[in-house]
Amino acid sequence: MQMLRKLSAGLLLLAVASFASTPAAEAAGQTLEIVKKRGHLKCGVSQGLPGFSTPDNRGNWTGIDVDFCKAVAAAIFNDADKVKFTPLSAKERFTAIQSGEVDIIARNTTWSMHRDTALGVDFPVVNYYDGQGFMVRADLGVRSARDLDGATLCTNQGTTTELNAADYFRSNGMQYEIVAFEKADESVAAYNSGRCDAYTTDHSALYAQKLKLSDPKAHIVLPEVISKEPLGPLVRQGDAAWNDLVRWTHYATVAAEEFGVTSKNISEMKSSSNPSIRRLMGQDGSFGDNLGLSKQWAVHIIRAVGNYGEIFERNVGVKTPLGIKRGVNALWTKGGLQYAPPIR
Amino acid sequence: MQVLVLAAVLGAMAWLVGNVQSNLERQNINSGFGFLSERAGFGINQTLIAYTEDDSFGRVLAVGLLNTLLVSALGIFFATLLGFSLGVARLSRNWLISKIAMVYIEIFRNVPLLLQIMFWYFGVLRNLPSPRQAVSIGDAIFMSNRGFVVLWLEASAGAFWYGLAALGLVIGGIWLRRRAANAQITTGQATRVWRPLLGLAVALFGGAALMAGVPFALDVPHLKGFNFRGGLTVIPEFVALLLALSLYTAAFIAEIVRAGINSVSKGQREASAALGLPESVALRLVVIPQALRVIIPPLTSQYLNLTKNSSLAVAIAYPDIVSVLAGTTLSQVGQALEIIFITMMIYLSLSLLTSWAMNRYNQRMAFVGNNT
Repeated sequence: MQMLRKLSAGLLLLAVASFASTPAAEAAGQTLEIVKKRGHLKCGVSQGLPGFSTPDNRGNWTGIDVDFCKAVAAAIFNDADKVKFTPLSAKERFTAIQSGEVDIIARNTTWSMHRDTALGVDFPVVNYYDGQGFMVRADLGVRSARDLDGATLCTNQGTTTELNAADYFRSNGMQYEIVAFEKADESVAAYNSGRCDAYTTDHSALYAQKLKLSDPKAHIVLPEVISKEPLGPLVRQGDAAWNDLVRWTHYATVAAEEFGVTSKNISEMKSSSNPSIRRLMGQDGSFGDNLGLSKQWAVHIIRAVGNYGEIFERNVGVKTPLGIKRGVNALWTKGGLQYAPPIR
Repeated sequence: MQVLVLAAVLGAMAWLVGNVQSNLERQNINSGFGFLSERAGFGINQTLIAYTEDDSFGRVLAVGLLNTLLVSALGIFFATLLGFSLGVARLSRNWLISKIAMVYIEIFRNVPLLLQIMFWYFGVLRNLPSPRQAVSIGDAIFMSNRGFVVLWLEASAGAFWYGLAALGLVIGGIWLRRRAANAQITTGQATRVWRPLLGLAVALFGGAALMAGVPFALDVPHLKGFNFRGGLTVIPEFVALLLALSLYTAAFIAEIVRAGINSVSKGQREASAALGLPESVALRLVVIPQALRVIIPPLTSQYLNLTKNSSLAVAIAYPDIVSVLAGTTLSQVGQALEIIFITMMIYLSLSLLTSWAMNRYNQRMAFVGNNT
């Protein structure tokens, strides 16, 4: 009996010790090594947001954020399929990255100062510039967000959306009632059934969720953009090398678009004489080595998912059901905000 | 040996806390409870106390806790009422009544609670019309998919005197009943208390009316813009949650009541009949008090279950403690450990408090009868 007690106390200590030491080991700046050893990347995504991260009926994930993780996997393994996706709710996401459950989160997440400085996470880059808006029934007769005084709003819990809506209505002296659901699907269902006058979230997500409504044509997205929502991937704080890798994965796709390198012409581009393209393709210099990757890292990325323009158009562009124009997400050379620092 | 184990466990816990703290610090994650005094900045659509976006996260905690308490207390009330009726109906000699009760119990206790909540919320209440086509009952109650808007009385300052009168009436009522009970014990004469009670009520409320006049203003709901303004709004999330919790728990309570009544030996009923007591009086004064001894402990568990189950509110956006604290606040502040700890402690305290109250009630009941 005494032996048993001793044993159980020992087991308890062991459990405690192992529990407590795991995150410490991963925080030591070795994410790339751990991912390489494991053989796949663990990526946190949304629970289903068309255009950004959504599973099809066979369980294959697609979307801008999914392509981001695939790009990182391609850079590391030269195989875009070496990713395991973990769907996360808005309120689970920070805990999931803090605890080491995932290596990276690409979950249409707004980069805000509080999140960057207080949650132990870093936002390496912005892969989609967005802003919050409202969707209403067309027959409601509302044409501007200013007409929404007294309206009931449906939204997702645990997002910047709740705060922005509160700020917007209060600063304009308007009344509102907010109904915040844990899952996006439930808030859309509640809006669809008439519980709310308006559904509010990021503009891109409004276009995406509109597709899930029983009659998408009966709803309109109001023109106002009431907030800045720079969406991007996030990683644990304290691993600068991993941060660099994620940041330059995005820049490689942006630079490729700028230089006209696409997934289709990539083989020909290898023999290009343009020095910028030669550095991107790993023909000159050793930029991949410095990231802990092969020289061909960018080629692997672009071959797998294409350049930023291709990723955008394939997932959310005007030819997709979402039909979103490039707008502020155009390259800087075309008046947009997507700008990659020089690879040199 | 036990001291050693205890010391080891305490030591391990202290080390765990220290380790967590240092890990959080190393990962640059905020820790501590300072966030409770920071500005919350988000809206909540059902608040029992005054709340605006400028209030603190501590206030959010209070708002959420009160919302949990409201739905739990009302849920316990309705579940007990319905559960006792069903439990008695289940034992009825009337075949139809007994079978109806049985069908109810089997359906409601065998369907998962979350599904029932979803059913009432998405299946039933969403089918109500929009506010502009609201169903109205005498222009006092308006039912729409935004909830139930009810004609309400707005209390003015004079309401204080009426509150005082009501308090006096309750105290007077208790005193009168106690005096009547004592008189019955000493003289054997049962006296009725409603006549002096009525007199007391007239005197007290008459006095209050003299002091304060009409203390209420009618708050009439009217359609303005998107929704009703004025009146008291009961949000559909609350209605769905209360319905589901009450109906679900009532099924369990019914079975507990049935078991309790069955546990009272047949001799007790026969003895009551021999004394000439009518069946309803025998049930009320002889059977149920003894059955309560069997009923109360499992009933307490059901009350605890109902309170804890109210956390499923988060599925339909009812702003309970889990939704506003462990949901919105957690993701705004990002301090999962502290917030989950607070939430767990709140549920633990609620449960211990309920258990304590029910145990005290149980002790009083335990002396009522002897079942041998």
